[in-house]
Amino acid sequence: MADLNMKRNAMPIQDPKVRTHNFDEVAFGYSEKLAIDEAQRCLHCLNKPCVSGCPVNINIPDFIEEVKKGEFEKAYQIIAISSSLASICGRVCPQETQCESKCVRGIKGEAVAIGRLERFVGDYHRNLNIKNEKVKSNGIKVAVIGSGPSGLTCAGDLAKKGYEVTIFEALHTAGGVLVYGIPEFRLPKEIVKKEINNLIDMGVKVETNVVVGKTITIDEILEDYSAVYVATGAGLPNFMNIPGESLNGVYSANEYLTRSNLMKSYLKDSSTPIKRSKNVAVVGGGNVAMDAARTALRLGAENVYIVYRRSMVELPARKEEVEHAIEEGIEFKLLNNPVEIIGDNGNVVGIKCIKMELGEPDERGRRRPVEIEGSEFTIDVDTVIMAIGTSPNPLIKFTTEGLEVTNRGGIIVDDFGKTTKDKVYAGGDAVTGAATVISAMGAGKVAAKSIDEMLRK
Amino acid sequence: MGQKSNKGIILDRIMYKILSKKSLNSTVIEMVIEAPMVAKKAKPGQFIILRVNEDGERIPLTIAGTINNGVKIIFQVVGATTLLLANKNEGETIEDFVGPLGNPTKIENLKDVCIIGGGAGCAIALPIAEALHKQGSNVTTIIGFRNKDLLILEDDFRKCSNELIVTTDDGSYGVHDNVTGPLKKLLSEGKHFDEVITIGPLVMMKFVVLTCKEFNVPCTVSMNPIMIDGTGMCGGCRLTLNVDGKKVTKFACVDGPDFDGYQIDFDEASMRNRMYSDFEKHTYEATCNLLNKDVK
Repeated sequence: MADLNMKRNAMPIQDPKVRTHNFDEVAFGYSEKLAIDEAQRCLHCLNKPCVSGCPVNINIPDFIEEVKKGEFEKAYQIIAISSSLASICGRVCPQETQCESKCVRGIKGEAVAIGRLERFVGDYHRNLNIKNEKVKSNGIKVAVIGSGPSGLTCAGDLAKKGYEVTIFEALHTAGGVLVYGIPEFRLPKEIVKKEINNLIDMGVKVETNVVVGKTITIDEILEDYSAVYVATGAGLPNFMNIPGESLNGVYSANEYLTRSNLMKSYLKDSSTPIKRSKNVAVVGGGNVAMDAARTALRLGAENVYIVYRRSMVELPARKEEVEHAIEEGIEFKLLNNPVEIIGDNGNVVGIKCIKMELGEPDERGRRRPVEIEGSEFTIDVDTVIMAIGTSPNPLIKFTTEGLEVTNRGGIIVDDFGKTTKDKVYAGGDAVTGAATVISAMGAGKVAAKSIDEMLRK
Repeated sequence: MGQKSNKGIILDRIMYKILSKKSLNSTVIEMVIEAPMVAKKAKPGQFIILRVNEDGERIPLTIAGTINNGVKIIFQVVGATTLLLANKNEGETIEDFVGPLGNPTKIENLKDVCIIGGGAGCAIALPIAEALHKQGSNVTTIIGFRNKDLLILEDDFRKCSNELIVTTDDGSYGVHDNVTGPLKKLLSEGKHFDEVITIGPLVMMKFVVLTCKEFNVPCTVSMNPIMIDGTGMCGGCRLTLNVDGKKVTKFACVDGPDFDGYQIDFDEASMRNRMYSDFEKHTYEATCNLLNKDVK
């Protein structure tokens, strides 16, 4: 008999007053007892609607069934069939719009906390410290470009099948957006490091400091490797093209987060500088905007504002992150759009915004924000962080003949991840533009399967 | 040592060894770093990014040439990272070394070129002058320094220049002037240049551009803003260009580092380069203290 409690089990978290002064993880995760208790809320529906909400179709009711029984490692093995990054996805997936949105328990009450259970199971497995066995090589070499979630997944799946995989990474540390983008307080870097070490144990080689397109081209890689998977992400930051964006104190969220996360400028003795701001405006409403705002707070800012042109309903960030941001005291300035950044002597002193109202829905069904004439006002800030999205990096497109891209810069692929160039596959944000970790991972799995099928022929 | 795979891709691996090191003047050092993949691809005008230690800062440095598997860098000790690098010796290794980044300087079809270098910027100007000389262009070189003690690479420039003019601000060597003086003189005497290529302090490049404008000579400048990744990811290196009256934002790392000097907003670039000056001063002093302590 399922637990009929309407409410899900809360995850223990750090007190907001404490956590805004450190970079430690916000949520502690379920205990075994809480996990079993939460698992008992699952009805194990016959038609499994949650599975259809998962981009990689994890067999959710079955893994939860094992959690119920206390068979946590068995639960992990069920997830592992579809996802290799349980600890990570449990933390960063927008479950409320995916699996949990389909949960029958959510009709009357709260959905089963699938994400929290996934995180628990992933962490349980990681803490067992099971060393991956080196897989017997089949002698076929495959190159993966980029070590973010998509590249890591593709590399892992191919390595399991015996391929000799080399991952090429442009930065000095592997992990892509998991390392430079998502902050420590939301995704501890130890977890990412462990996932990468698992791959290395299996025989995957990771070559950092290689910028494909500059240090080496795809055509040169193909002289040595039988296939290439391009998972270079969407690293190019967008700006608004409004006056004042070149002032000192205006950052792209990418730069701000890279300085803090990858270069560790949040540490006292860091050699990489970051502005210690007092009042910060973050423009945008996605996860990256929340990450930047909460990072600014932890770096000592007194007032941090989210400036977003639509309303709370349209806010694209993960629900839990918005809740955490509100708890921490981030102020939401919704239905506002920046028109100018104001400077004094080269430094930011304010951001001029215009009020917006919601008009007719656009092609995606989101109500289009419209400016209210004459409603401009200024917020006093010394730092502005632009978190309004990123585009695919054009470096590979420029240097790879025969690789076609859309007019927005995304690499064109078919349903199997195959590009317009022979032996070259692509996936993740490099194809779709900025999206989620789980969809990037899903694309990595699809491509690994296609590459395997091609090479078996 | 790089590891060679079966068909010729050389993987640089973790070690970037300092193959040689020498001082060019009291604050400028030349090093050759072992990095076969970078060496194979490097062209004049491109740059690398390095980290000296784990947890170190990433800094961009323009490539000053290549020798077999080695990449030559010439740098002035100006901050904590360059100071740490200067304290490394031949045979030691540095943590990271990635490149070649940015676009090579465009030198094709240039017949008569004037190369203008200022201070440590001469290090970057040299491979461009050498490449031009190699393709048979007429190279006029003007290199400027604050004083005689800071003079570098004179002999190297002499070898690849049809005419070499050295200037010093205090007159202790060569022409007592800054680099724009001889440029203006040459241009007013009717000397023709297809292009002027200049590398050095922002203020120097700004005035070289103004001089070129007076005589309607195209001028390319090499920008060196603050950057982190060098692949277009952070946008920290953005510059404002004035293109046909419209303001356009470009990233120095992927769109540059060379730009049409007529289009650059030098005042903004100078301001952006000063963003972290207080922090840099602080870390430089802290590093000095730390190194002094080590010595004692």
